[in-house]
Amino acid sequence: MNATPLLETHDLRQAFPKPDGDELLVLDGIELSLAEGQIVGLLGRSGSGKSTLLRLIAGLSRPTAGAITYMGRPVTGPAPGIAMVFQSFALFPWLTVLENVQIGLEALGLPEHEIRQRALAAIDLIGLDGFESAYPRELSGGMRQRVGFARALVVHPNILLMDEPFSALDVLTAETLRTDFLDLWCEGRLPIRGVVLVTHNIEEAALMCDRILVFSTNPGRIVSEIKVDLPQPRDRVGPAFQNVVERIYVAMTARPMTARTGTRGERFAGTGIDTVLTRVSSNLLSGLIEAVAGPPYNGRADLPVIASALRMEIDELFPVAETLQMLRFAEVEGGDIRLSEEGKRFAIAPLDERKRLFQRHLLSYVPLATHVRRVLDERASHKAPWSRFLDELEDHMTTESAEQSLRAVISWARYGEAFAYDADGQMFSLENPS
Amino acid sequence: MTSNTPPISVEKSRLVPTRWDLLALLLVFELIVFLADTSRALMQPLAELQAAPISLDPAYLPGYAARTTLRMLAAMALSLLFTFTYATFAAKSRRAELVLIPVLDILQSVPILGFISITIVFFMSLAPGKVLGAEFAAIFAIFTSQAWNMAFSFYQSLRTIPDDLVEASRCFHFPPWMRFWRVEVPFAMPALVWNMMMSMSGGWFFVVASEAISVGDTTITLPGIGSYIAAAIVQRDMAAIIWAIGTMLLVILIYDQLLFRPLVAWADRFRYEQEVGVMPPRSWVLTVLTRSQLVARIVTPLAAAWRWSYRLRPQTIKSNGKPRSNLGARPADSVWLVIVIVLAASALWQVSRFILEGLLITEVTTALGLGAITLVRVVVLIAVASVIWVPIGVWVGLRPRIARLVQPLAQFLAAFPANLLFPVAVSWIVAFHLDPNIWLSPLMVLGTQWYILFNVVAGASAIPSELRYVSTNLGVRGSLWWRRVALPGVFPYYVTGAITASGGSWNASIVAEVASWGDQRLQANGIGAYIAEATADGDFHRVALGISVMSLFVIVLNRSFWRPLYRFAERKYRLS
Repeated sequence: MNATPLLETHDLRQAFPKPDGDELLVLDGIELSLAEGQIVGLLGRSGSGKSTLLRLIAGLSRPTAGAITYMGRPVTGPAPGIAMVFQSFALFPWLTVLENVQIGLEALGLPEHEIRQRALAAIDLIGLDGFESAYPRELSGGMRQRVGFARALVVHPNILLMDEPFSALDVLTAETLRTDFLDLWCEGRLPIRGVVLVTHNIEEAALMCDRILVFSTNPGRIVSEIKVDLPQPRDRVGPAFQNVVERIYVAMTARPMTARTGTRGERFAGTGIDTVLTRVSSNLLSGLIEAVAGPPYNGRADLPVIASALRMEIDELFPVAETLQMLRFAEVEGGDIRLSEEGKRFAIAPLDERKRLFQRHLLSYVPLATHVRRVLDERASHKAPWSRFLDELEDHMTTESAEQSLRAVISWARYGEAFAYDADGQMFSLENPS
Repeated sequence: MTSNTPPISVEKSRLVPTRWDLLALLLVFELIVFLADTSRALMQPLAELQAAPISLDPAYLPGYAARTTLRMLAAMALSLLFTFTYATFAAKSRRAELVLIPVLDILQSVPILGFISITIVFFMSLAPGKVLGAEFAAIFAIFTSQAWNMAFSFYQSLRTIPDDLVEASRCFHFPPWMRFWRVEVPFAMPALVWNMMMSMSGGWFFVVASEAISVGDTTITLPGIGSYIAAAIVQRDMAAIIWAIGTMLLVILIYDQLLFRPLVAWADRFRYEQEVGVMPPRSWVLTVLTRSQLVARIVTPLAAAWRWSYRLRPQTIKSNGKPRSNLGARPADSVWLVIVIVLAASALWQVSRFILEGLLITEVTTALGLGAITLVRVVVLIAVASVIWVPIGVWVGLRPRIARLVQPLAQFLAAFPANLLFPVAVSWIVAFHLDPNIWLSPLMVLGTQWYILFNVVAGASAIPSELRYVSTNLGVRGSLWWRRVALPGVFPYYVTGAITASGGSWNASIVAEVASWGDQRLQANGIGAYIAEATADGDFHRVALGISVMSLFVIVLNRSFWRPLYRFAERKYRLS
């Protein structure tokens, strides 16, 4: 391993201004280094700023504070030698496969014959022979992402940035592409010297990365670093691999979840409506409760185990688990989820009792729901417009987060029949149509 | 690299010309001859033109039609140039955007026909005594009818380019010039082509209106179909009018086949999202051009040269695709805003002074009253057209086979300049002694009602078949079916069509509220007639007043009625 890293960030910080003049901190104190021959994984849930970090490294946006150094030089804009693979492929639909691969070289102003030669070589390497004259829309997702890879590799970058490159693909295709990539990487056939991979898939991180940086949410900070020393190719059923997966789950459930939705003391401090809520369908909530309550878990489940049993990725599972924790139906800790007494009661209750239970917990433990209900109770008309609460929330968060939180609370309130919302008139009320 | 398979379909070119080559050659030659023939006439002195009046002999019609078409194409080229510069500037600079976009929005609502009288004097002075000046004025008039919505569509496309494409182009170091042609223009292309089509449709109307025009003492008669019709009206020659209508039908058919079908078929490849199972549009001309090796041989080096130009990296262009920051520079923004407001206020002052210095204040109230009359006319006519065309459109749209026949027909009719039909209608009104205040009105929607029809047809065909099955399954029919299924389903489309139709009708009022047949003159009360009359008198104060009042009505109607309705329709009824 080389002494000077390919890439380094120092005390990186990214913040966006909020309407009330404060700033919304997205990334804070990020120290990262990528050494020659390494794959570094950035793992976190959505909103942890890991994609933002990748874009900072790519030079697509500028950090609020801190420094990024690439091969000894500061990054101030898109740097030559750093290429990127996108989650959405980002292919130009009006160009053929060959043209899409060539375009990066055209931008470099290379001679025509060299462009063609290198493009064909990349296409060949990545297994796209025969598809040269196809348009992206004619290809399956897997083939499209292969074009994405070929387009990035053809410019012979030193660093390849991958932004959840396999998450838009089905499981089988993702597995094939991942394996193909790792094979080429391990055989040293790729013209790249280091990789930064953004992912929210724990298994993927454990399969591919030499080092995994686990991110917290709001703001994004690196909460732990996990070194993976297993040789490639990795055997995902072996105990060593399972151990890595377990370690990641523990790291991801360790601090942020308890810190955010908090201890009993926190409940009485202020109204607490400044928590950004994630909209989770009531079907998912009851689904997870039932799954954990049932055999073989009987009220307590290992998150990696239940995630794979339910075929959910952490991005889908964690918000559900976290919402259950907020509603005091479950507790999440040390990579486990454990149902509370009320959670177990919910699991066996008939529908109308479930709704009553849900309503009670919603109004007691979700500050925003409590707040909306109180305002509606206090008003003589028992009505309040959407904008009344949106304005209030916007003092604490971005408009998007405020809308998202309100929508989340509306959907839960509808399920629990805690209050009603009329989308046409954009009005909250206590009347449920009967 | 595997060597045995050719990487792409580089069929070794044979030297024997194919039948596609022959056809392509014919098309190209025809174009060259057409251009040469028509542009020759531009440089002749104006006096010569006045000496040779428009002949009503149908043998001259093809020549006139060619002149008219060339004007259209020149205006279209100008509009494209405007679109690529103005809209790009607005999309790239936040401060420019603050001013340019509202200006564009207003320009869209200003009655274009009113412009002609003001601009014609200016352009004539640019090339005194030459036909060129008058041609410029006509082309400019058509340009003003085409450019705004194209620029708007391009601006909106530029603002909605998916982030990942922008990031990819930056990550792979596209120079700005390359990004413009490789990313921005292709992404905007489908919407732009659609708007070009709409613009052209509208343009035929104005080219006809702008060829024969008199402003005060200046009378200009440019050879073209519009002048031919004008001459026919003066001489009460119904046969000539029918000839002209026939020629126009043919011209539109040809332009549709030679220009727009290929363009639409070609632009299809630039669509960002491709719905599955939709047949891509086809065009025989495009097939000829793409299969011809001759064309390929000419185009290949040009394309290579074009690609080479991407390497030119003008360092002066500051914006290198960075996302426009909304941070900072707030104080500078306020200063900019103040400057803009001051300029706008002084412009308003200038305009009102210009109008009021030549006119009494009572004139303003008169104009407002006339504006109200035209407003009533537009509202009633759109309502009547809606009552007629919405049920028909729904009926047609739910029957794919009929829709495939009706849809191009409706678009064709929308492109046909309705003012060519005015003389026919006017001769009837004269013959039967009908009240012009009522009977001239339908002419306003004659050309614009088709927008309602084809949008409703499109909307009805877009209703998902599951929704239709389920309503059949539940036994929803009769008025319940119309209220709960059909009308909500087509509503957003209907609103789009009605907005276009309403805008077009205001414009049409300038030519529709005043009409003549020989020496017989019909006039309805309205702001359109007011502008037309002021133009004929060469009274610029009243022209300015009339345009201002009409713009005011259009803007208020758009802001207070159509836009909220459109937003409501999008929010509540858009099936996506």
